[in-house]
Amino acid sequence: MAEIAWPWQYNFPPFFTIQPHSETRQKQLAAWEELIVQYLKSSKQYIIDVRESQNTPLFSNPAINRKLSQDAVLTILEDMARCGRAAPTDKTKTVWEVYWHSLDEWGNMIYSWVSANGLNNSVCTLFELREGETTEGEEFHGLDVNILTKALKSLEVKGKCELMEFDDNQGVKFF
Amino acid sequence: MDRFEYMEARLCEGENYIKRDKNVKLYDGDDKTQYVDGEVVLTSHRLLWGKPGDIPKGLICLSLYLYYVFCLEEENGGVFGLGGPKRIIMHLGPALPGKRPGPAVISTYHFIKLSFKDGIDPAFYKALSEAVANKLWERHPLETNAFSSPTMSPRSSIAPIGTKIRSGIVGIERSIEEQQKATDESITVAFKDLTKLMEKAKDMVSISKTISTKIREKQGDISEDDTVRFKSYLMSLGIDDPVTRDAFRSDSDYYMGLAQQISDMMVAVLMDSGGIMSLADVWCRVNRARGLELISPEDLLNGCKLLPTMDAPMSLRKFPSGACVLQLNSHRDEEVAKTTSQLIEENGSLTPIKLSQIANVSVLLARERLFTTERLGLACRDESIEGLAFYPNLFLSKV
Repeated sequence: MAEIAWPWQYNFPPFFTIQPHSETRQKQLAAWEELIVQYLKSSKQYIIDVRESQNTPLFSNPAINRKLSQDAVLTILEDMARCGRAAPTDKTKTVWEVYWHSLDEWGNMIYSWVSANGLNNSVCTLFELREGETTEGEEFHGLDVNILTKALKSLEVKGKCELMEFDDNQGVKFF
Repeated sequence: MDRFEYMEARLCEGENYIKRDKNVKLYDGDDKTQYVDGEVVLTSHRLLWGKPGDIPKGLICLSLYLYYVFCLEEENGGVFGLGGPKRIIMHLGPALPGKRPGPAVISTYHFIKLSFKDGIDPAFYKALSEAVANKLWERHPLETNAFSSPTMSPRSSIAPIGTKIRSGIVGIERSIEEQQKATDESITVAFKDLTKLMEKAKDMVSISKTISTKIREKQGDISEDDTVRFKSYLMSLGIDDPVTRDAFRSDSDYYMGLAQQISDMMVAVLMDSGGIMSLADVWCRVNRARGLELISPEDLLNGCKLLPTMDAPMSLRKFPSGACVLQLNSHRDEEVAKTTSQLIEENGSLTPIKLSQIANVSVLLARERLFTTERLGLACRDESIEGLAFYPNLFLSKV
């Protein structure tokens, strides 16, 4: 279990009720989003399942006997989706990918790593990027495949790389 | 007393002399009568009373049939209960029709008293109760023909003349009709009283007015404090001239008058109760002050709606939740929110119920106050299984 420094809001009961006052609500959602990202980062998770949300210590604080309801979790995730920090994996909106960084940021991060290591105009497999020894210590090491793919696609749009299919493996050529 | 009959002091056939006593005074219920210092003779059927010497001579005397008596009682004599009982109370049944004329035509009492100057002779009392208990008249009815005047015998008069025999639908209808009549009458009587009371109320108001002016004039004698207190009593007693619908030609005039009156009387009340009061409470207060000329909730609402048009220091306010209140104009949201948020900070957190206890307002209003505070961003809510509570808005205040 990841140990993170819980913010003061975590022990403040109103934090677990979505506030109706718009300004307050903004602050509250921002705090939640920050907490969620921090929590997932520390435990290397990328996925939030809304149905399971009640069981994680992230959304429930037994010390003050408060839990964030599923509706509230959904509200927060939808707010995150608006600024590109999360996306539902399907239409039922039960499983969400949460991006510690936006896809653009991820892409840029990878590209700067590629440039730094002189891998331009060469081909890497996705497996190399995720699990390879060379990427150890980089933030994107161990990144979820789907998220990685999306990040690279955003790079592809900018013309900085090209995704390609090998036999049953995916590769990417950086420019 | 109306059960007595004038009769000749003579025994009839089948009637037996039992006992006599002297110095007896008769009471009609609790009232004294002119029949004092007489002689009583008890027979198996009757009780005779006559002036001393009259009974032995067989003159006209007062006669009471014992079948009227259903209960005897000794009255404890003397102011301090000294000297033993002096009076016998005889409780009597209703006078039967067809009885001979007596000393009284009608009496409000259903008992008489025999007062013995020398105290009750226990033997006499015993004989009297025995005679009543024996009911000899049931076995040996008196031959009243022996008496001269009336033709109707008292026995026959015992027959149930008083009961009405009614049968069939007509009988039922008639009894229903009679019942309705009786109800009708009692209602009329009741309302007559009410009108009188209202007239009296006006008098009362004028009296209280004069008293208050007198007090004002004599202010030297009475302390300022007393005057103020008396005035506040008068104020809480009511409005001295309630606006009524009769006095106005149109509804709008009536509502205007009503609004004026509401604003006049509620200013002080609102100040006392923190500047805000739910309309239901206002309605109670207004009607209490009006006494009898009550107004309907609708009239109150219509009156309150007109308050802003006449520059009243208060106005009707409808919260988003639908609750209606009467609010002093000085009682602005910002002020409310400020004081409420201070209270929240002092207490850590507040539920509507807690606030209602602290601020001495109704729970409904406390809720509204908290919502107002929240709307202005000075509080934030916490909804849990324990209910709704409000906390200081640390989201905005804490960086």
